[in-house]
Order: sequence, then structure tokens, then C-alpha cells
Amino acid sequence: MSGAWPWIAVALLGAYHGVDPSMGWLFAVALGLQDRSRRRVIAALAPIAIGHLVSIAAVVALVAGAMAGGFVWLRPLGAIVLIAFGIFRLRRPLAHPRWVAMRVGFRDLALWSFLMATAHGAGLMLFPILMAMPAEGQSVAAMPHHHMPMLAPGGHLGPLAAGVVIAVHTGAMLLVMGAVAIAVYEWIGLKILRSAWINLDTIWAVALIAAGALSLVI
Amino acid sequence: MALWKPDPTFYPSPRMASEGPREKLAYVVAFNPDPANGRHDALCVVDTDPQSWRYGSIVGRVEVPNVGDELHHFGWNACSAALCPYAPHPHVERRYLLVPGLRSSRIYIFDTKPDPRNPKIVKTIEAAEIAARSGYSRPHTIHCGPDAIYVSALGAADGGGPGGVFLLDHDSFDVLGRWEVDRGPQYLGYDFWWHLGYDVAITSEWGTPNMIENGPDLELLTQSKYGHQLHLWDLRRRRHLKCFDFGPEYQIVLELRPAHDPTRAYGFVCVTLSLKDLSSSIWMWHREGGDWKIRKVIDVPAEPADPDLLPPALKSFKAVPPLVTEIALSTDDRFLYVSCFGTGDLRQYDVSDPFNPKFVGAVRLGGIVSHGPHPKAGALNGGTQMLEVSRDGRRVYVTNSLYGAWDKAFYPEGVRGWISLVNVGADGRMALDPEFFVTFDGERPHQMRLEGGDSSSDSYCYP
Repeated sequence: MSGAWPWIAVALLGAYHGVDPSMGWLFAVALGLQDRSRRRVIAALAPIAIGHLVSIAAVVALVAGAMAGGFVWLRPLGAIVLIAFGIFRLRRPLAHPRWVAMRVGFRDLALWSFLMATAHGAGLMLFPILMAMPAEGQSVAAMPHHHMPMLAPGGHLGPLAAGVVIAVHTGAMLLVMGAVAIAVYEWIGLKILRSAWINLDTIWAVALIAAGALSLVI
Repeated sequence: MALWKPDPTFYPSPRMASEGPREKLAYVVAFNPDPANGRHDALCVVDTDPQSWRYGSIVGRVEVPNVGDELHHFGWNACSAALCPYAPHPHVERRYLLVPGLRSSRIYIFDTKPDPRNPKIVKTIEAAEIAARSGYSRPHTIHCGPDAIYVSALGAADGGGPGGVFLLDHDSFDVLGRWEVDRGPQYLGYDFWWHLGYDVAITSEWGTPNMIENGPDLELLTQSKYGHQLHLWDLRRRRHLKCFDFGPEYQIVLELRPAHDPTRAYGFVCVTLSLKDLSSSIWMWHREGGDWKIRKVIDVPAEPADPDLLPPALKSFKAVPPLVTEIALSTDDRFLYVSCFGTGDLRQYDVSDPFNPKFVGAVRLGGIVSHGPHPKAGALNGGTQMLEVSRDGRRVYVTNSLYGAWDKAFYPEGVRGWISLVNVGADGRMALDPEFFVTFDGERPHQMRLEGGDSSSDSYCYP
């Protein structure tokens, strides 16, 4: 598989996390309202994006490293992690990190965002996309020693490609998060939460499981 | 079950909460003051919908399975704090009422759905579990927090101290353990609340179970052994920050009412008794610079009275102490309602400027000497005590019992339970509702919780 779609998917996932109130924009708006300062809203975006980035990067780096090392169990292992995490999210839909509170500095916010993204499985969802990234210099067909397609290690994700994945995802997240945060702070108001904060947890959990299954066949 | 959209009774800000729909039901606990007769305490459902033909009557009643729990304060499993940005879980339901027995230390969990008029007990947390996991007993105030359910407790399982706060998981209701990491000099406990916008918690002081369960102890009182301090805590790190000592003249520091607006860092606390002149007082804590300060903002004096009309404990004083034992702050932080269990007064203050409260008016219901009347019942016994202000600030519900063992000292004839309603007009003036009057037979009502939340049930992370 190749072409632009993995990049589009990476960006769309980023945008999705940007829209999700629990991933960061709501915290930025809350801090701005507390201090009556739009600058506070904007200042909160960077640490939130950095925390998100680190969470994503951890997964991408693990996958890229495993690919580079020719780890043959990467595909099934990744699939199992995704499916297991999806099942956990289904069984404990109300579970959420309990950390920090309203008085947060740069480091607190970044760490909070890292925890939220990790607990959400934000990086995990990239796994099937990473597995489908265009191979650089090798292909499944060129590796005859892999008889079972399930154990095909997928593409080789070079450091550059890995970096671009992280940048595209976090960039899209930051753009959308920033736009939503400013729009809600300046014009829309928090009443929007009461109607628009749709519970996508179940859908997200099912999507994690589906992504796990998909990564076995992609 | 998780909801598709946030629970409609969760409001991001106190302003939005005050614009929500009017409560059509209210929950109230009623306890049996004489457990020897074998009657069970109950959670009652009151019809508060003026359009209903059963307006002002009890339309549901669920008895607890044990005798002698003394149901007292209670609270919701979840509230507007679930919308807080750092630990959001907006799709839980405001559904379960956690109802502690102040004597038994059990916590009953009632499910108010599917039929809100017929709640069902779905779980009971036993005293032994609370003691084993937190070291505490006599659970009192329940607050639904952003990250857990917080419960204040008056003391330890053996009836001594310290009192403190423990946590319940807001999903499973398991006891998670003691809240405090470093309690500093704090020993006595009573109420607990917070400023979510400032990561600050506040606790007040009454006495340990041994000091209160046999009625007010005059010896302890004259030695100033009951609580006279207020404690400030780092909510996030669970550490004691600062102790405000009112001095030995002041005894019994009770209800905490921080501003609902999370950007405003002030709140009110009532001190029941001054040993000097039997007056009650209200103090305001506030943040100034980076520090927290406190000052007295309201004095409620004792009223001279004929000793023949006074109970034995008060005869020599020739006065009725106001006994301010409950205060309530409207959701818009504009009015403070002050309940005087001794004189029967419900006093209203405009606290738009919290440094300079302005007395607006009073309604007198019951009282040791005055027995302030209600049009539906004539002279009342007991006195204005627990208050619950509706979210829109237009109604104040009043009940008339303090605590079984302490009622006796002030109303030796016994307290005949009632609920009254005081309406607050568009001009902010109070007027007794002549139609709404609920009576109890041999039971005493205590705290009320209004459908969809009230002015003391919810806290907010957004202004």
C-alpha cells in the first residue's frame, strides 16, 4: 500500500485529537478563563502539543526501532496491544488519569497531556498506518523467508519518515486544537460543551480493536 | 452506564447552572431520634413542582435496612465538577445519592434511576471497610470532585481523632483511602470544600465522635476544647498549608461556603458560639497577594430571654444564643443565608461585596423562645437549621433539626420535623411560601438535595 492516504490518516487522527476536549483545548480555555487572558490560552497550547508529541513519538519510535531491527513479531504484538487496550477502554469507559489540578505550569501541562494522550491510546492508533507506510527499499514480496504474511515486518520506517509522521500528526493536532480553543474562548463559549461533547469513547475503543485486527492484514 | 452527551445537569459555570430548569423533586433524609423504638431512617422524596397536585408532599420514601444510622448529610456521585478539564469524565450520570449514617458510619448508595421517586439501595459501604481502608469513621460531607468522591469524617473508628477526609472511587464506590498526605496540626474535622480554581481545600472543626455523640459537653465547651480553627490545604498535593485560629473564645467552626465562581478566592464559614457573649459569627477567608487571610464579617448577637422559657442548659445565661449552625451561599455568590437554630431566624445578607455583607432581612421559623409560626401549622418547634438554596437562587428550603444528641439540649421537648420553603423574589427579598409545608411523624428531616443539583452540591472549573 502506498500513496498519500497514510499521511492523510496521520493528519486526520491529529485533527481528531485536536477537536477532543479531553486532549487539551478545554484545559487551555479553562486556564485562559481563570486568568481572563487570551494569551494564557495560547501559551497553554505549546506544552499540551509537546506532551501529545512525546506520547505519539514514543509509539512511533518503538515501531520504527522494531522495524529496523527486523523484529518479526512486531505485527502480531502490536495488534495484540491494540486489541487489549481497546478491550480495556470498553470495559472501563470511565477510567481517566487523575493527576494535577487547575494551577499548572509548562511542565505540568506537558506531562498531563502526555498522560492523557497515552491513556487514550493516541499513539497506538497510528500503528496500522505505520505498518502500511510505503516501504523504503524493501517490500513484503522481496522477503521470501516470511511465509506467513502476518509476520511480515511491514515497511521500514526511517528516522526521517518517523519524524514526519510525528510532525504531521502533532501539527494537525496543534492547529485544530488552537483554532477550537480560540474560537470557544472568544466567541462560542463553554455552553457548547453541554451539547457537542459527544461520547466517542465506545467508538474509539472499537476503533482500537478494529485497528488491531486491520494491522494484521494490511 | 455512560451517556452519549454530558449529563444535562452538569454545567460548566455557576451562571449556566443558575439558568437551568427548576427542581421538581427534592430528596431529604429523615432520621428516627429514638432508635429504641425500632423505626428505620429513610430517604424521602418531596414533590417541589408547584404545578403538581402533590406539591409540598412526600411522594416517595425508602427506608434503610438498619436502625439507628442517623442519616444526616449526603451528596451525589457526580456533578458539574466532572466537566473539569484536567480529569474530564462528562458522560457519567448524576444518578446515585451517597447517604452516610453519622452514627453507624455506613454509607448507603441509592440509585435514583429509572424512577426518581423510588430510589433503590444498590450498595452499602460498611463502617468496617471505611475504617480498614482510611482509618476514619462518622462520614459527614460528601462532595463530588473532579477526580473522586470526597467524604469528610468526624473521627477515627474508636471515636477519637483525628477527623479528616477520605476518597471513594466515583465509578465503583470503593473506599480509596485517606486523603491527607500531610495533615500538619489539624486534628478535629467537620466540613470540607475547595476552590478548584486555586487548588486549595478548606476544612473546619467540630469535635471527635466522643466529644459530640452524648450531646454538647459543657465542660469541653468552657475549656474551649471544641473546634476553633480553620485549615487550608493544597488540594493537589494533599498537604496542610495554613491554620487560622479564631482563638479560644470561639467554639464550633462548621459550614464552609467558598465562592462558586472558580476565579474568586473567598468564602464564608460560620462559628457557632462565642464564649464571651453567646453570639455567633461569620468569617470570610480570602486570598490577598499570594497569601490567605481571614476576617470576621458578620456578628449575630444572642437575644435576652426570660429564663423560665429557656432549657436548663441556658437558664443561667438569660439569653437565647443564635446558634448559627448552617450557612448557604446562592449559586451566583450574591446572597448568604444564615440559619440560627437557637432563635429560629433565617437571615439573608447581600454579599456581593464579601468584605461588607449587608443585612437584607429575616424570616423566623421556630426558635427556642419565639416558636416562629407557619401559616399552615401555627407555632413551630425546632428552629431553622439545614438550608438548601435552589440553583436559580429563588427558593430556600429549610429543615429544623440539628443533630439528635444536640437537639435535646436546646429543644428538650423534642423536635417535631418539618420542611418550609422561603421564596426569594426578583428583587431579592425573602417571603415565606404559605402553601409549602412538609411535616414528619416522629422523624426529623436533615439535609435536602434538589433534583439536578443545588447551591451546595456542585463545584465548577469555569467562571
